[in-house]
Formats: sequence, C-alpha cells, structure tokens
Amino acid sequence: MKAFVIATLCAFTAAVGWSARSAVAAAPAWGQHETAADIEDGGRSFRNNCANCHGPDGDLVAGIDLGRAQFRRPMTDAELIGIIRNGIPGTPMPRSSLSEEQAARIVAYLRSAAASKGSATATGDAGRGKTVFHGKGACVSCHRAEGIGARVGPDLTAIGRARRAVELERSLVDPQAEVAPTNRFYRVVGRDGVVTTGRLLNQDTFSVQLFDSKEQLRSFLKADLREHGFAPTPMPSYRGTLTPQETADVVSFLVSLKGRTAP
Amino acid sequence: MTRRILVLLALAAASATLHAQVTFDRLLRAPAEPHNWLTYSGDVMNQRYSRLTQITPANARNLELQWVWQARSLEKFEATALVVDGILYTVQAPNDVVALDAVTGRPFWTYSHTPAGNARTCCGRVNRGLAILGNTLFMGTIDAKLLALDARTGELLWNTTVADSGERYSITHAPLIIKDKVIVGTAGGDLGIRALIAAYDVKTGKEAWRFYTIPGPGEPGNDSWSGDSWKTGGAGVWNIGAYDPETNLTFWGTGNPAPDWDGRQRLGDNLYSNSVVALDADTGRLKWHYQFTPHDELDYDSTQVPLLADIQWQGAPRKVMLWANRNGVMYVLDRRTGEFLKGKPYVKVNWMDGFDEKGRPRRVPGKLPTPEGTLIQPHVHGATNWQPPSFSPSTGWYYQAHFENSATVVVEGEFPRAARGNPRETTMGQTNLLNFYNNDGEAYGVVRAYDPATLEAKWEFKMSDITWAGVMTTATDVLFSGGKEGYFFALDARTGSLLWRAALGGQVNSGPMSYAVDGKQYVTVAAGNALFAFGLR
Repeated sequence: MKAFVIATLCAFTAAVGWSARSAVAAAPAWGQHETAADIEDGGRSFRNNCANCHGPDGDLVAGIDLGRAQFRRPMTDAELIGIIRNGIPGTPMPRSSLSEEQAARIVAYLRSAAASKGSATATGDAGRGKTVFHGKGACVSCHRAEGIGARVGPDLTAIGRARRAVELERSLVDPQAEVAPTNRFYRVVGRDGVVTTGRLLNQDTFSVQLFDSKEQLRSFLKADLREHGFAPTPMPSYRGTLTPQETADVVSFLVSLKGRTAP
Repeated sequence: MTRRILVLLALAAASATLHAQVTFDRLLRAPAEPHNWLTYSGDVMNQRYSRLTQITPANARNLELQWVWQARSLEKFEATALVVDGILYTVQAPNDVVALDAVTGRPFWTYSHTPAGNARTCCGRVNRGLAILGNTLFMGTIDAKLLALDARTGELLWNTTVADSGERYSITHAPLIIKDKVIVGTAGGDLGIRALIAAYDVKTGKEAWRFYTIPGPGEPGNDSWSGDSWKTGGAGVWNIGAYDPETNLTFWGTGNPAPDWDGRQRLGDNLYSNSVVALDADTGRLKWHYQFTPHDELDYDSTQVPLLADIQWQGAPRKVMLWANRNGVMYVLDRRTGEFLKGKPYVKVNWMDGFDEKGRPRRVPGKLPTPEGTLIQPHVHGATNWQPPSFSPSTGWYYQAHFENSATVVVEGEFPRAARGNPRETTMGQTNLLNFYNNDGEAYGVVRAYDPATLEAKWEFKMSDITWAGVMTTATDVLFSGGKEGYFFALDARTGSLLWRAALGGQVNSGPMSYAVDGKQYVTVAAGNALFAFGLR
C-alpha cells in the first residue's frame, strides 16, 4: 500500500515563520513556548484581556484586524509584545499587567490565527477527492476526517475552515516546508535506546509530552532521555504519487471539510 | 521515505490493541487495579477507599509536594480527578476538561466547553468530575449538556442536550457509567425545575430512559404535591449515584423541594424530594425509595453520595447503604429493599425527635422558618452537604466530614421578582431568607469515624472552621481530608490522630483520591484553584 499521508502537519503557515524567527533571534526565555498548549493559553489570554475591545475575532477596532495580522503598519513580534504590555499613549489602548511571556503567547496565538484564515478555492472535484483520500491515498492511515481514520496526524474534519487551498496543496507536495507549532513532531530516545516519536503537545524545562505514533499520550522527563528534539514530519511528499488532477481533487475535498455537528 | 511511512502505519494499526480500554468490567473491578482511579469515588459503590499501600501511618510524615496544576479558573474546584494508566483527567470549572501527565502535572490537552449564556446555577459554576468508558470521557455541563470526548485527543464525539438551561437546568456532578449507558441527573432544584435522572447510550448519546424525580399526573406520588406545585418542585440531582451489580439497581439522592423555605404552596410530602431513589439500571423504573425529610422547609437536600457497603448487621452479613444526611441524621438502609434499618442524629438536631415504625421522621412542631426567627439545628447548610464520604473495609468503619452548627432561620417579606419575567426565578423564595445566624461556639468542622453497625462515633478530628472536603481512606489505614482553612491532612484511620498536614492556601472543596505510576503512590486534592499531588520523598 502506498502511503499517502495528507498534508496539514503544515497547518498555520505564518506561525511557523514566527517560530523560525524566534529560534534565530536573541532567544528570550519565552522563545520555546510554541506548543499547542501555549498557543491555546495565548488564545485564552486574548479572550480575557483583548477581546473586550478588539472583539472575539480581533476586528472590532477600525483599521485593525488582529485575527488576520492586519495592523496599521507591519509589526514584528517584539513590537506587538511591547504594545500589549505598554499600550499606545494617547489612544484607548491601555497598558497591561501581562508579563513578556504572557504577551508573547498572545502574539503566538494571533500569528497562528492569522495563518489559518483564507478564502482561496480549489478546482478539483471533492467527491473524487474523498475517494482518493480514503482509497489510493490511504490518508486515514494517519489522519482523521469526519470521525474516520487514525489520530497520529492532525484531525482534518474542519480543515476547510482553517486552511486555504493553496496552503493545502503545498502541504501535499512539500510537507516539510512549514509545520505549525501545534503539529510538529518530536523525537525522544530513552537511555535504553528506545525511540519514540509523536506530535508535540507540550514541553517545559524538565519534561515533554507527546501524542505518540501508537495514539498514546506519553510524558518523558528530559533527564531520562539520551536525546530529544524536533523531528521531520512523517508526512511524505506527494509529488509524483498522485496525478495533478488527483491532487486537486483531494484539495477540493479538504477544502469542503468544514467540521461536523455533534449528534 | 516509503519505509518510514510503512513503519508509522504499522504502529498506528497496532495502536488499537496496545491501548488499554476501560471496559465496564474494569469499572466494576476497579479495586483490583488500585494504581488507577476510574470513577468519581474510586468504585461504583462510592467507598473512596484506595488499596495502595505505599503510604502508611509510619511514613506519612514524609509526604511532600510532587506537583501543582493551576486551573485557569476562579470557580470553586470541586472535581475529583480520574487516573487511567498514568493519565489524569479533571475538570477546570466550569466545563473545561484537561488531560495531565499524572507524574509531572503537565497538560497534554484541554477541551473547552463554553456554556450557554443562559446557564444558571444556584451555588457556583462548578463541576465535580468525569466518567470514562472505553476511550471516551463523559462530562455534564452547567448548561445541562452531556458531552462525550475522545480521551486520547480531547476531540468532542457527541453533545447531547439533557434539559433546557433556559429553564434553569444544569449538571454539576460526575456521570455514572452502567454497562453501555452513561447516567446523569439535573440540578436546579432551588430554581424551580422538575428534576430528572436520565441514561444515554455511550456510543451515540441517544437517550435510553428518563426518570423524573417528581411524579407526573397519574403516577404514584404526584398527589404528594398540592395543586400544580409538582411542575416546579425542584428535587434536583447534583451528586453522583451508586450502582449495585447484584441487584442491577442504581441509587441517587435528590434535593430539596422548591420553593425552599416555604412549604405552604406545596402541601404534602413532596415525593421524591429529599429522598434516595433506587432505579432499575436498564429501564430507569423506580424499585424503591426512602424519603429522609418529607415536606422539607429547611433546605435539607439529600444529594449526598450514596455509599454502599457490606457489613455485619445484628450478627449477620447485610448489604446496606450508609447515608449521613444534610438533615443531621445518619441512616442505614437495606439497599436491596430500601428497608429502614436505623437512623440516628450525628450532630445536634432539633427539627425531629425520632422515627415511626417505618422510619418516617417525627417532626418537632414549630421548627420552621418564621418572621421572628427560629433556631434550627443543623444549620441550613446542613450537617454535611455534598462532600464525598469513605468506607474502609480494613477498619469496617464509615468516615464522614461534617459540621456542628445551627442557624436562626428567618422568613421575611417577598423575594424580589425576577428580571425578564421568568416566573421560576422567584421560586427560591416566595419568602426571603434573611440570615443564617451561627450561634457562638457552635460552628466547627469535624472528621469522624463511625461504626456502621451502631452509628456510634469511634473518634473525632476537630477543626476550627467548617469543612467542605471529602474523605478518602487507604488499605494502610491512612485517612486523607482537608478543610475550609486550607489544610490538607492525613489521619490515622483507626485513632484519628494527626499524621501529617500541608497548608495549601485555599479551601479544600473536593475529595482526595490516590493513584500510582511506576510504583510510586500519589494522593491528590484540589484546593483553592489548583490541584495538588503529594507522594513520599
């Protein structure tokens, strides 16, 4: 069986760009906080501290759409953190008591949210794409959609609301290019040599939490590990595996996935 | 590349067999795997008794903090966590589910449920815990939903509306799993609901049966309500039930009738308020009931955790239910038949002075709220409330945290009319309860051990303040509990002597539980807005 493992290990394109910048910059202590838990934390802080004026989607203040990274001028992460903490004198934007780390998490959340917005449409046939998704592509070997499939890769049930067609196509043909913080793979090697890989859920100075390839929640103390670090996504490139039309069909199918209503 | 993918796929395919499913048989046999804590009280009998033996009276002084998990919530933290094979699941109030590493306290995932804007609870936006079956977690919500989540990912599997939160229904307790059903009851008794207990298919969320705690017209007991008072009579359910596999009965406590402190508009016994109801677990049909406080006007909810135990009763083995009630009386019932075996006040009680031959309490005339104020014992908060008790098969004793207190209950005037014209809003008081006056020197908290055969106290550990903490005992005769002052402590379960204590800086409003990972025993309790885990140094 040829493995076609669908593409959104690369979700949230721009967020990765932010990650990369953090990695090569002065590496403040908060630079490592890019896990799903931290972005979620940033979202919670945004709703608690920012949404009252900016709105839940960040678009209530004229000329600014935080959810789409549209500011009155381009902003670096450091500038945004400064504004969140110090406010903008002479405007309704107040100072806050948030720490630098808390502000950085809000920025991570906003960058992540901005990357997920888009409106491009695919040109393939969603019905045929679904067939490829469940058949030739064997996407459900790693991914889950509409309640069917494995959980090793991201659940794609609502991917059509989060990603544009062009992003999905790029993830299919060049999956290593960009991987969202919430979907990055991590590899740990125990002192006994046992290797475990999985989706990174959380980490701190002393421990790391994964959703491993056996669909188990796993936690490791770094002191017990011989080595640990980010790993390439197991998502293969698809170039040459599917025809261009099949790729377009799959993209159309993915774009059509808008989530499901629970019974 | 292809080889790596094939390896990945093979691992994914194997996962179904590697993951340990929490079957119903495992829930029934939970005591056989004490490293896990699979239900709210540790087992379906609600004994809250850990068979782990690493922590003993001799070494409890060496307990030290292992980790703290801070909830991002300022609501009361009343949940008891579940632990399954090293993963701890709990609830960040009101209704966020979190999965933590049970060794480090670090989060794996969080599922956030935003309750409907019309969700109302009488006494806090709280949640007391979860249930698990297979790979599915279940949670009731304060907007009266029942949610099923994938325990591996936090993904929502289904979301069923149990009742209308706009009608003041809510769910605050941990669900109960029986076979292929998940069972919950609805709170809101102070707000004028007609409460219900309902069972849902664990796979689909489809309702299997429903039992109203207030009988409808034509049903036995409906005539215990005057006029249409049954429609908004309360009798809420806000604590978990118990299950007896031998009889296939599930037992649930019910709350006060509404309006709480004025019975003039709901004359009669007000069945099945302030009762325990025994239901057939497959059909929801009522098999028996016992009403602890008929026609209650003192807010004596009977929503304590039903505790099942097998004890020696008058020289013979007997399958009983032990119940320290909010009304200040402790009961022993035959759980197969509901027969009243014994009732005895365990604090100062002045609203009743005995029982008739069938176990109906004999009321003391005049002990009702009045405009002038009436001294009532116990206090309107009760002698105990919702906090979970423990039964130790090792000592054979029943353990309960409760209050010694009283109140001067005053009725005065009309309760303010509700906004938005909701007539139910006023049911908490067509009367207004002005004050609950504690009388000097009478209010304090205790943990006590009782011999269930006699209901005599064996020992008492007294606290300066009252307590809302639950109790857990262990096979090594260590008892864990806490109090409103913020202490979490270990007592010798045979003597009540203090073995160890820790100041947690926030009220202990939860029940302790214990688990083990890689051979190390942990004890957790929630205090303030955080979950604390302790183990031996």
